[in-house]
Amino acid sequence: MSRRAYRRIVNLLALGLSALATVIGLVFLGAILWTLVKEGVAGLSWAVFTQVTPPPGSANGGLLNAIYGSAILTVLGILFGAPIGVLAGTYLAEYGRGSALSSVIRFVNDVLLSAPSIIVGLFVYELVVVPMGQFSAISGAIALAVIAMPVIVRTTEDMLNLVPRGMKDASTAMGAYPWRTITSIAYPAARSGMVTGLLLAVARISGETAPLLFTALNNSFWSTDLKAPIANLPMVIFQFALSPYDNWQRLAWAGALLITFAILILSIFARTVVAKLGAGAGSR
Amino acid sequence: MSSAEALAKQLESQRLRERIFKGSTLAAAVLVLLLLGGVTVSLVHAGWLAFARFKLAFITRNIWNPVTNEYGALAAIYGTLVTSVLAMIFAVPVSFGIAVFLTELAPDWLKRPVGIAIELLAAIPSIIFGIWGLFVLAPLLQEHVEPWMDGHLGNLPLVGALFQGAPYGIGMLTAAIVLAIMIIPFISAVMRDVFETVPDVLKESGYGLGATTWEVIWKVVVPYSRAGMIGGTMLGLGRALGETMAVTFVIGNAHAISPSLLAPATTISAAIANEFTEATSPLYKSSLIGLGVLLFIITFAVIGAARLMLLRLNRRAFGSV
Repeated sequence: MSRRAYRRIVNLLALGLSALATVIGLVFLGAILWTLVKEGVAGLSWAVFTQVTPPPGSANGGLLNAIYGSAILTVLGILFGAPIGVLAGTYLAEYGRGSALSSVIRFVNDVLLSAPSIIVGLFVYELVVVPMGQFSAISGAIALAVIAMPVIVRTTEDMLNLVPRGMKDASTAMGAYPWRTITSIAYPAARSGMVTGLLLAVARISGETAPLLFTALNNSFWSTDLKAPIANLPMVIFQFALSPYDNWQRLAWAGALLITFAILILSIFARTVVAKLGAGAGSR
Repeated sequence: MSSAEALAKQLESQRLRERIFKGSTLAAAVLVLLLLGGVTVSLVHAGWLAFARFKLAFITRNIWNPVTNEYGALAAIYGTLVTSVLAMIFAVPVSFGIAVFLTELAPDWLKRPVGIAIELLAAIPSIIFGIWGLFVLAPLLQEHVEPWMDGHLGNLPLVGALFQGAPYGIGMLTAAIVLAIMIIPFISAVMRDVFETVPDVLKESGYGLGATTWEVIWKVVVPYSRAGMIGGTMLGLGRALGETMAVTFVIGNAHAISPSLLAPATTISAAIANEFTEATSPLYKSSLIGLGVLLFIITFAVIGAARLMLLRLNRRAFGSV
């Protein structure tokens, strides 16, 4: 075999394998989504949205309390996490630009971004649950906020850095203080990117289970009390999927289908629609 | 009131708002710093009981007995490291292939949808990987793959012990495969981004010399992006080490050290997830938090090193991976 033919064969083989790797990745995505649809659709019914989680073995029941709890935890998590995240990101991109403190904070934030979420759960357990003396919805929301925050810090900083320096300088030249420049010029210019980051943070925390294990815990009943344990989809899926009861397993799959597709739709929406809206405004 | 006074008043209010706004951004930024400090202090504090009681033996002993209140983390550390390393062996080549496909091979109309699809894999909650692993992957491995491994690979010299044993379906191998699927999107996203930073001129010089696409990738793109590739790989490793829910479903939760990859085991995070709410004695609870401290140290070192490597490259290129 000539040297040239050998090189061509190696080339084809390597490129073929890389295409195969991509197919493998897509097959896993397809396999997981297919399983969710196959198992989940069978468990979907109106009762899922109108009834609370049933006792084992009973015929009906739904996920109403878990859906409500997940929504509350996610909304509170973002409400706690987003303001701090946006402000911290603003400091890194504007006031602290280039300072040593910023570099350290940026590094710490990057580490927190990838830190295991179960560690966050243990931390909030020690910080909130132990002093309070019981598991509670509020501690779950705090744990989710701690997970959402680094994501928001990062996207806020990145998006503010994309705002052209000239726009900010123009505002400063007209006599505006930095706070005015940031809130009236930089934020609006970076808005779509920041919203994308926020939505991705929502997607990230709404499926988190590990940090809720020792904070929000779970609740078999309807509860809106923030100082008491609250039902939530990930914990219900965890508990029901591992149970031997048919009706619980069906509900676990239905919950898994709901939460996954909600997150996927949110992610796609954030990446395409919002990002595209921003492409017009952000690329002056 | 004269106009000069009005102006002075307005300036004063502007200055005040400036101080408030600047102060709150600084406070929020420092809070991020305090958060890491708070995590460290609170975990070490809560795990102190176990560390003080068992000293170094907490890390070196293979025992986990809530009845006699004896705890050593060796089995959990072993399970964590083995599953993560095995997951890397599966995930890194596949991620590299995906990154090559997306940057060098795919036609433009295919790049974006495939890229988004791979990113969506990262958006699926880990508990979904867990139930999928338990109800789909584990039976598949149990019926078709593990008996074959035991029969064909189990008798090989040296490596045979890795593949011996009853096919439970759940165990380190299953956990590693699930972990690999979960970290592929992270590693391939970083690799794709660093590949895209390779200047076209470098690649064109390669093609100009008559190199094939693969030769350009292997001899130009890869050497140029080495630091970023290692950084991305370690970021994936950090994820795998700390992943909880997916592993908890498929690892088998046995505090045991077995040479066989088919055997049930446990990891640090799975042990915490499984046992924490049942841990009644203070020493038991403290030991589980002590496990958390170990996990924190291991992942902090890996993620920190990865971030430092990536920091030297263009930061913007990596989005919020």
